[in-house]
Amino acid sequence: MKTPSLRTLAIATAVLIGAGFALVFFYAPNETDQGFIQKIFYLHVPLAIVALIGFVIGGIHAVRHLRSGDPVHDARSYVSIHTSVIFGVAVLITGAIWAKASWGRWWVWDEPTLVSFLIVFLLYSTYYPLRYAIPDRERQARYASVFAVTAGAFVPLNFMAVRAAESLVHPRTFATAEGGLPPKMWLTFLVCLAGIASLWYILVRFELTAKRTSAQLSRLRRALDGSPPPAAAGVGSRIAPGATTTG
Amino acid sequence: MAAALLAQAPALPLDDAGGYVAAAYIVFVLLLIVYVGIMAAKLARISRELDELAEIAESRERERAGS
Repeated sequence: MKTPSLRTLAIATAVLIGAGFALVFFYAPNETDQGFIQKIFYLHVPLAIVALIGFVIGGIHAVRHLRSGDPVHDARSYVSIHTSVIFGVAVLITGAIWAKASWGRWWVWDEPTLVSFLIVFLLYSTYYPLRYAIPDRERQARYASVFAVTAGAFVPLNFMAVRAAESLVHPRTFATAEGGLPPKMWLTFLVCLAGIASLWYILVRFELTAKRTSAQLSRLRRALDGSPPPAAAGVGSRIAPGATTTG
Repeated sequence: MAAALLAQAPALPLDDAGGYVAAAYIVFVLLLIVYVGIMAAKLARISRELDELAEIAESRERERAGS
């Protein structure tokens, strides 16, 4: 199947996010308990869901890399995790703003959902020092993949543990005794989720394209200079996929 | 069209709640702008390198043609 071009994806993402935000402010009703402040939900929750799924996708690419040894999968794993960490920063900031507005505090340490996300975020923040502490490119990719698989498996386990935990503070929105979200809110949420997911995907594609172009330029420079490739020297710290398209 | 949409829309509260909601969405947009800015800088560097390499290739071509 032919993957859509970056241009098409960018337009689709802009339309989805624009439509989502328009629905948030002009269509979705205010929530009874929290009122207008609940509008943060349509940004914060999709960002969190996409970031967590992105970490798992990074783990899946890492499994492929360990099985095949193909550096393309390592690059995909790295970029998926990298983009999800950026989304994670947005989740933490928007979550803190929502917490301050709803609970009067920027952070609540005895709330499992918040703390578990912070643990996942900090875990993935160690991915970079781990990766770049290893000078040999092949070992670097292998160790990073092992980390991505382990941490990727931790994400759903962590999610299930938090859902199993009793909490009186964090709102359960999707499956509550009262029936969850009304249809207008559901529609708005789904459009926002699609927009944020599309944004994640396009950023991953864009970053991979930039890395591939950069790697091709380096190859071209080496060919013109007549110098040996870094793989021959056995050392290199940059992620440089030979040819990539996200799958 | 935009005026009609705004006329239909409920008034956005500009009290504390409105400020927090605005802050959350502005943070998202700012992060996005920073990210796009970084990517634009990378793209500019790639473009510069490409120009450099094209120049090297062309000068070699000229040398070869001259000899």
